[in-house]
Amino acid sequence: MRTILYLIQKELLQILRNKTMLPIIFIVPIIQLLVLVHAATLEMKKIDMYIVDKDLSSTSRGIVQKFESSPFYYVNHHSFSIQDAENELKKGNIDIILHIPFGFESELVKGNNPGLQLLIDAINGTAAGLIQSYTQAVLADYNREIMLKWASPGMKEKPLSIEITRSFWYNPELNYKTYMVPGILVLLVTLIGMILTSLNLVREKELGTAEQINVTPIRKYHFITGKLFPFWIIALFELAFGLFIGKLIFDIPIVGSLGLLFLFAAVYLFAILGVGLFISTLASTQQQVMFINFFFMLLFILMSGLFTPVETMPDFAQVINIANPMAYFMRVNRMILLKGSGFYDVLPEFISVSIYALIVLSLAVWRYRKTV
Amino acid sequence: MSEQKETIITVKNLVKKFGDFKANDNLSFEVFKGEIFGFLGANGAGKTTAIKILCGLWVPTSGDIKVAGFDIYTQTEQIKKNIGYMSQKFSLYEDITVFENIRLFGGIYGLSRQEIAQRAADLMHRLDIEHSRDKLISSLPLGWRQKLAFSVAILHNPKLVFLDEPTGGVDPVTRRKFWDQIYEAADKGITVFVTTHYMDEAEYCDRVSIMVDGRIADLDTPSALKEKYSVKNMNEVFLKIARIKPDQNN
Repeated sequence: MRTILYLIQKELLQILRNKTMLPIIFIVPIIQLLVLVHAATLEMKKIDMYIVDKDLSSTSRGIVQKFESSPFYYVNHHSFSIQDAENELKKGNIDIILHIPFGFESELVKGNNPGLQLLIDAINGTAAGLIQSYTQAVLADYNREIMLKWASPGMKEKPLSIEITRSFWYNPELNYKTYMVPGILVLLVTLIGMILTSLNLVREKELGTAEQINVTPIRKYHFITGKLFPFWIIALFELAFGLFIGKLIFDIPIVGSLGLLFLFAAVYLFAILGVGLFISTLASTQQQVMFINFFFMLLFILMSGLFTPVETMPDFAQVINIANPMAYFMRVNRMILLKGSGFYDVLPEFISVSIYALIVLSLAVWRYRKTV
Repeated sequence: MSEQKETIITVKNLVKKFGDFKANDNLSFEVFKGEIFGFLGANGAGKTTAIKILCGLWVPTSGDIKVAGFDIYTQTEQIKKNIGYMSQKFSLYEDITVFENIRLFGGIYGLSRQEIAQRAADLMHRLDIEHSRDKLISSLPLGWRQKLAFSVAILHNPKLVFLDEPTGGVDPVTRRKFWDQIYEAADKGITVFVTTHYMDEAEYCDRVSIMVDGRIADLDTPSALKEKYSVKNMNEVFLKIARIKPDQNN
């Protein structure tokens, strides 16, 4: 036990004296939160629209005006040539073409249900889907307006329609930052914890100090604990610091218990640092470690549900996610912070992450070799 | 020097292969308690391989080996309690101070807080580096670091210390001072197993073995070897032995 304390003391001294380490610990979370939260937005701010209005009627002008007055659209191109419009689409200068054919209004007046054409750049399918539904909503809105206008003189009653009211729970304003900040926090502690831990052990191998340690009667689990604990503290501190920044800058809600959040994070970090240590027992240079880390990090992050919901992933991907520790914390962090979920709500994830931690730490101790 | 011939290392038919290459080809020798045993050879002769096996860092391909009375295959952890080791790769932590290194290794070997404080003070007094107690290792000159690394390697009073080319890269005066330190340790009863390719250092050993291409070409006291090959110094002994192998260029 005393040996572990001496080892932890040495690791902390090394970390605190390292002049590049402290900036990493403090600056990385701020930059990641400030930049990534905005980069990851799925909200549409500026849709570039090209209008081909061959009708030039009051109805078609009304449609165009509707888009021009919307904050989400940027209508900067007009022409009568659908060919020109398509060329712009190919160049990637615009997102959508609105094509109003000649005779649109007269067909509408006759009640013939004339058609409009929307051409959308769907290289990014998600964005295209969003653009399509925004645009349809605008058009439907306009449709209702003119129907009311034309129908009202003759009719006493409003045309029948179903009124749908919505209320969004847990994030009433559909603020994407509220959704992203907890996710980025998970990314942050995982990145810092896993990379720092795995590089540290392998650096000792490179310097030759690992050999000096291996020739002592030190116990393997003492050594691994000594390597684990300092980075566990740093990552937990990192989480607290990130939460503070998130609250300060983005005013994220903290509905649930912080105690529960940190309890879960503590166990989660054992799992993540265990993965980092296990990786470093497999590699012999920092370069190898970075490559292996990169491989796991990409898988962990992209499968975790940070950007895209896990529920919409194909079945095999959801099975892979059982082995992705980040997916658990991603879910739990949002549940606790945004919904205020309690201990029993996150119990299944808690059990899974505990088992995970136990397995990877045992693997790391087992795989660490004092004798080659 | 020691007249009582109690063995502390027994090696019988040690073989270490890396693929087809035999780094240690059937080595057999004994090291006696209290002596300074020189393990000589050109670069790549297999000295470091042998020393790493004896320290329990590498597993041999075959052979019966006992170090400090313990078996190399089954009792490596007991061996590690009884030995000290200083490698040619510099082995203290450079980013912590002199005292912090001493405290760390003292702690790992299970010394009490008082013992650590006492031995650290003695050690720094003996090396005359009390003024550098709180300096980072990286700020010390190489010769000092080597002396310090050696002192830390024997901090826990092991029965046996392994030194793998401890004086690489320093001037002859510093090397001579380092050897004074080795004698001090030997006087305290610590057996010293030292590898080197400096032939002047071979003169300081009680007995030397000379390795050529993974085999022990000869083993005796320096004076007996000089007599046997009828030359004046160890350098010439080494050249004569090495010349038997035509491909050896040292």
